[in-house]
Amino acid sequence: MKILVPVKRVVDYNVKVRVKTDGTGVETAGVKMSMNPFDEIAVEEAVRLKEKGIATEIVAVSLGVAQCAETIRTALAMGADRGILVETDAELQPLAVAKLLAAIAKTEQPGLIILGKQAIDDDMSATGQMLAALLGWPQGTFASKVAIEGETITVTREVDGGLETVALALPAVVTTDLRLNEPRYASLPNIMKARKKPIVTMSPAELGVDPAPRLTVVSVAEPPKRKAGAKVASVAELVAKLRNEAKVI
Amino acid sequence: MTTYKAPLREYRFLLQELFDVGELAKLPGYEDATPDVFEQVLEEGAKLCEEVLFPLNRSGDEEGCTFENGVVRTPKGFKEAYDLFRQGGWTALVCDPEYGGQGLPHTLQFLVEEMVSSANMSFGMYPGLSNGAYRAIWHHGSAAQKRKFLPRLVDGSWSGTMCLTEPQCGTDLGQIRTRAEPAGTDGVYKITGTKIFISAGEHDLTDNIVHLVLARIVGGPPGIRGISLFIVPKFLVKDDGGLGPRNGVRCGSIEHKMGIKASATCVINFEEAEGYLLGEAHKGMRAMFTMMNAARLGVGLQGLALGETAYQTARQYAQDRLQGRALAGDKFPDKPADPIIVHPDVRRMLLTMKAYTEGARALAAWVSLALDRAERDPDPAAREEADDFIGLMTPIIKAMLTDNAFAATNLGVQIFGGHGYIREWGMEQLVRDSRITMLYEGANGIQALDLVGRKMPMHNGRLLRRFFHPVDAWLRQRLEKPELQEFVMPVMKAFGRLQQVTALVAQKGMADPDEAGAAASEYLRAFGLVAMGYLWARIAEIALGRLGGDEALFYKGKLATARFYMARVLPETNTLFVNIAAGAKSLMELEAEAF
Repeated sequence: MKILVPVKRVVDYNVKVRVKTDGTGVETAGVKMSMNPFDEIAVEEAVRLKEKGIATEIVAVSLGVAQCAETIRTALAMGADRGILVETDAELQPLAVAKLLAAIAKTEQPGLIILGKQAIDDDMSATGQMLAALLGWPQGTFASKVAIEGETITVTREVDGGLETVALALPAVVTTDLRLNEPRYASLPNIMKARKKPIVTMSPAELGVDPAPRLTVVSVAEPPKRKAGAKVASVAELVAKLRNEAKVI
Repeated sequence: MTTYKAPLREYRFLLQELFDVGELAKLPGYEDATPDVFEQVLEEGAKLCEEVLFPLNRSGDEEGCTFENGVVRTPKGFKEAYDLFRQGGWTALVCDPEYGGQGLPHTLQFLVEEMVSSANMSFGMYPGLSNGAYRAIWHHGSAAQKRKFLPRLVDGSWSGTMCLTEPQCGTDLGQIRTRAEPAGTDGVYKITGTKIFISAGEHDLTDNIVHLVLARIVGGPPGIRGISLFIVPKFLVKDDGGLGPRNGVRCGSIEHKMGIKASATCVINFEEAEGYLLGEAHKGMRAMFTMMNAARLGVGLQGLALGETAYQTARQYAQDRLQGRALAGDKFPDKPADPIIVHPDVRRMLLTMKAYTEGARALAAWVSLALDRAERDPDPAAREEADDFIGLMTPIIKAMLTDNAFAATNLGVQIFGGHGYIREWGMEQLVRDSRITMLYEGANGIQALDLVGRKMPMHNGRLLRRFFHPVDAWLRQRLEKPELQEFVMPVMKAFGRLQQVTALVAQKGMADPDEAGAAASEYLRAFGLVAMGYLWARIAEIALGRLGGDEALFYKGKLATARFYMARVLPETNTLFVNIAAGAKSLMELEAEAF
């Protein structure tokens, strides 16, 4: 079985993001970028499925600027076999990404697409769901456990009330939650081997997709600064404030 | 808690802006070592250092190594971390592909070593010593010895040591008493004696430990000319590579030390242990120096690494700690107090740390690029030039970088005030850990003697010219550039005086060796400060051209630190030059009994 793993290049999770002065987005110039941590979990899961003999090939896909090739290299160093880079300078929104991935899925014919449940930059949590809908495939989102048997994948999902287990017919789309696994550190020999693995570059036009944004960003602003707290003299005063000012009890 | 994030942006600055690491990929065997490989390897190494090694630094210090019935245990978590490190291939980075190595450049290894030591210097001792043993066997071993020992040292399943020091001899290895008796088979000896201060001498991280031991073959010449080097494994190695019975090597105890407590420093007793002659008989010192030169550079890196961690942690604290108000009026009136970074004296300390650490890193990168050329350049003249330069700079890297590290980690404590002195913040550990770097692998005074007594006169001063000529040329080319005057002029002046005192020390030292000895430490420091000044001038030149871009803050930081260096660090050379000129008289006139 072939597994397709979309990986997104995002601002590194260690970076304290700053909003651009013109309010159009966050500052990315000169900022450390790395693979979306949820996608790292997706790559790890794919590699584990390959190590178990369930998957035969792992294809890492990234969409965006030329430097996304570095993100693909990271996936290759973790154990993916080859890469596809859809190169564009356009701003990509979930619907465009889902359409592009659907177009790739039609030619690649993977048995499973596994990707992060969301990206830590915009936290949209939409691409996986849209992709499944466009392909007409079943989806198992927020996975904390997956098991494949024959043509069925059993996905344990982290939902608000606890855990929900669904069985899906393959091919399917799975999005990963934090507890699915702990991604490995790429080893030095694998980093070197990854240099020699192929990455194919294509454009959105070649895939017949117009990636133009359908949503407009009105403004991006920092959250309001926390205000200093106040001391109360007694429990009675606290209760009064909660009741009359905060109106929470 | 201390703070550490691998300074990847700094590395990129060195590799792609100050120097051109792309040149390395043109050397035979380094075709794969392209700049993007450097980036990816450093990023992956950074993760391991930050997430696995760094969290064990404080606990390793608190717990230390334990010794019981000849068995040494490393602190909790070290074994698991070492397994991750070794399975990740990090022990193999710079090693020969023929024995399972990755064959990557020394320049990359240097930066990885820095990250490892910044995160956890004690941990770094174990693979560091193994790499020294690997180098000695790779350079001097027979084909059979290489086959037997190198693959396991490369993959890290075995580790290595260097056993030099004995109770009665440290610096003066001619006094070695450990003896080697021929055991009947050619090249095989029975080794008997006691070695002390053996880092990684015994521990629970690897299946076997390969000791490289200096000993005197019975009946050999006295003094340093009768010393040979032997491979003595903890477990004998069978012909199929499997482990045989325990050899006559036992750990007698471990030292209780000021710092690097998670690094086991052992007394090792050899009792008729089977040992194999490495290289030629009685030429052990030559072979040992292959390890020691690399180790000395490695110690310099440890110093730089601790300075980095101290700087990162102190910077954070100075920006966060709200205390008092700026002398010239409130800077942050909305806060209950100003952060202490508003104070000139705190800035003086932080900038000293930054100038030392980044200057040291530039110096180390300059030398590591030479190491790669010395090993790989097809042109023999280029190899010789690089080799000369390394020889000259090794004692300077070792001594100045570690002196500065001790100063920088101490400044780190000072910025924290009382919080630096208590253990909770981890700043005092950095001071304790850094202290050893000034001592081992040849105390810094010995480095100074190496510079003045050996490197300076070598080949009629040819080594010195490898530094003086390119620096002179660079400075002269920039005399007419007004924007660079504030950097070029002070360096030019100090550089001129360095050349003068070099002649003075050479001349006076020729007539009276005590004169050279009296000048040595201050001469080494002056040399190092001038070399770092030259690099800061080069850094300033680059930064001046990039102030307008996306990363203006980064380059402003470089420029301001270069200015600080010229105004407040380089002038230290004035005192040093005066002291050097003062000569030996004030040191030597008092008879020993009168002290």
